[in-house]
Amino acid sequence: MDITGRKLIVKALAEEGVDTVFAYPGGMITDIVDELYKQEDKFRLILPRHEQALVHEAEGYARATGKPAVCLVTSGPGATNAITGIADAHYDSIPLVVITGQVAQPLIGNDAFQEVDIVGMTRSIVKYGVTVRDRKELGRILKMAFYIAASGKPGPVLIDIPKDIQQKSGPEEYPSHVDIRGYKPNTSVHIGQLKRAYKTLRNAKKPLILAGGGIHISGAEKLLTDFARRMRVPVVTTVMGKGSMPEDDPLYVGNSGMHGRYAANMAEMECDLLFSIGTRFNDRITGDLNEFAPKAKIVHVDIDTASISRNVVVDVPVVSDASLALTHLLEWAEPLDTADWQAQIAGWQKEYPLSVKVKEGLNPQVIMEDIADVFGEATYVADVGQHQMWATQFLKLVGNSRLFTSGGLGTMGFGFPASLGAKAADPDRAVVCITGDGGFQMNMQELATSVCDDIPVTICLMNNRYLGMVRQQQQYFYGKRYELTYLGKRDRNVLHPDRFENMDPFYAPDYIKLAASYGIDGMRVSREEDIIKALQAASAAQKNGHSYLVEFEISPEDVVLPMVKGGMANSDMILR
Amino acid sequence: MKNRWIALYVENEVGVLAKVSGLFSGKSYNLQSLTVGTTEHDDVSRMTISVEADDVTFEQIKKQLNSMVEVIKVMDLTDVPIHSKEILYAKIAGIDSEGKDEAFRIAQAFRIRVIDIGKDSLLLESALTERRNNELVALLKKTYRRIEVVRGGAVAIESISTSCR
Repeated sequence: MDITGRKLIVKALAEEGVDTVFAYPGGMITDIVDELYKQEDKFRLILPRHEQALVHEAEGYARATGKPAVCLVTSGPGATNAITGIADAHYDSIPLVVITGQVAQPLIGNDAFQEVDIVGMTRSIVKYGVTVRDRKELGRILKMAFYIAASGKPGPVLIDIPKDIQQKSGPEEYPSHVDIRGYKPNTSVHIGQLKRAYKTLRNAKKPLILAGGGIHISGAEKLLTDFARRMRVPVVTTVMGKGSMPEDDPLYVGNSGMHGRYAANMAEMECDLLFSIGTRFNDRITGDLNEFAPKAKIVHVDIDTASISRNVVVDVPVVSDASLALTHLLEWAEPLDTADWQAQIAGWQKEYPLSVKVKEGLNPQVIMEDIADVFGEATYVADVGQHQMWATQFLKLVGNSRLFTSGGLGTMGFGFPASLGAKAADPDRAVVCITGDGGFQMNMQELATSVCDDIPVTICLMNNRYLGMVRQQQQYFYGKRYELTYLGKRDRNVLHPDRFENMDPFYAPDYIKLAASYGIDGMRVSREEDIIKALQAASAAQKNGHSYLVEFEISPEDVVLPMVKGGMANSDMILR
Repeated sequence: MKNRWIALYVENEVGVLAKVSGLFSGKSYNLQSLTVGTTEHDDVSRMTISVEADDVTFEQIKKQLNSMVEVIKVMDLTDVPIHSKEILYAKIAGIDSEGKDEAFRIAQAFRIRVIDIGKDSLLLESALTERRNNELVALLKKTYRRIEVVRGGAVAIESISTSCR
């Protein structure tokens, strides 16, 4: 029996086990929306207030569940608004199936109303993208989308479906599997190569594990922790890899890279073997490539062949999923004598412990530590900026805690919507969004989504009245000329660094009143003794099903340290 | 930097050429020429790509191409014996009979053909290697004031007998 394309689309979602759809309606997807209405009991529909936020919400959902999240947006502006989110998912390997409506095929190419070539526009930021041109192909293409998004190195897949395909009748079959001749993700590991990697590790005197985001994607946190403990090898992480190992473990050194811990970067400089898993050696991690891990042999385990030996020349490459490789490694693992090496690392920790010194206002370090104390095992979602780096430095992730953040693309505005997606995925788990006043303003319209779709989260807003990360660059590298980074009145910018104390009192918006207008309670905190109280109120509110906004007033002068200037060696850290 | 050859089997679908060529522009790879045509299978196209790159970049190009869903197979033809030809037309205009005589001599020496002729113009057709065509164009430029050249980019196929290149 033949069915319409729209019916097949919804059938496909059901057969893929999709329970939540992030959707914003529009002319070219009303058919699909109407079909979802008829099967309302099968799907939870979430209606964001902007398509960029929609995709970030889906990212949060996908990171939390490990399954592809489904986005449904209309043609033209609906699709173009989604692009930033799609790029973000691409850089952080997040599985998404993005369905965009498209004008009917006879209209394509006519500059029709709300027509854009979204497949062309997103070609370099999707794992796969295609316009469905034949109703008979629809089932196979949808199956491909879910398979490609989730397998291998995950990523976003975009399926552009013209309106006539949605309405046209055709085969009702949704295939149970697809065979794609040009796509064969790695599902095994070359044992010989892995043994070589292990032998190299065994012979090292100062071995170091570098764990990236691939550990989380693969769900290999426990395997990695067991392996490091059994071998007694210290571990550093990337921003995306934070939480790969419980942070109270003595073997955990900290984050490395541009704003990494002194000890972590020094360990990378001094190690004689860097055993890296699930990282693409992004420039924020390596700094100057010529001086990255200069004394070390490098082992690189990654599912993506194209990530191996791209930025860093690797001595032992292993193409494999992290869990699979670690399962084998764990079988062979025997303790190494790393006592001296660990002592050397501990010495660096003591030499320059990570800490924030503030002249006035709340201390971001204390805020982060208190957040972790109050919420404990939870999902933390950081936006992009100084607060993000403080979160990576001071938010102690214990137990099964996770930190989601936009690591690759560095998308301001990611945090708040992504936290809503994470909460929608796991309503019983506490979700805390840590954001700044710049990033929050990029997607704060989602307060409506939180309220109207009943997705309660805690918003910790670090307000320093500046785009602090750029301001910090201006302070160190641009002669303290704070152009465009002040978020108060343009003509009242405190351009001189010594005059921060003469801050203009005006600031917009008033976040507490803003939240109140959505029916969300909040508290502005300017004294250290109120931090815990506010966080406890927020935690209680979330348990009762309400969002809560805590605004922390911090000084514009606070800086994230250590800092490695872009392109410099990681040993070249600005420490104070 | 070295000139390299890739033969690429891809799905014969809308947008695949844009995707492959977009990789070269997006990642700043130095594309020399790219030709594409269908193969003996209607749903498969074959591209011949010539690219200038160092060893590390070339490895990366092959990996990036391999990771594309639409790419079925990547073959590195750089160091294998191949037959390779490029079609080229050159129109020479504003010439007298002496110029035409010279054009015929050039055609003879390069083993190419004169395929059309007018009162004061003449058309050459060449199917030589890219390198040989470069030499032809250089000579024509030196010899004549008004020439119009159109080139198709090289296609390449592996040799059967390994002794010929």
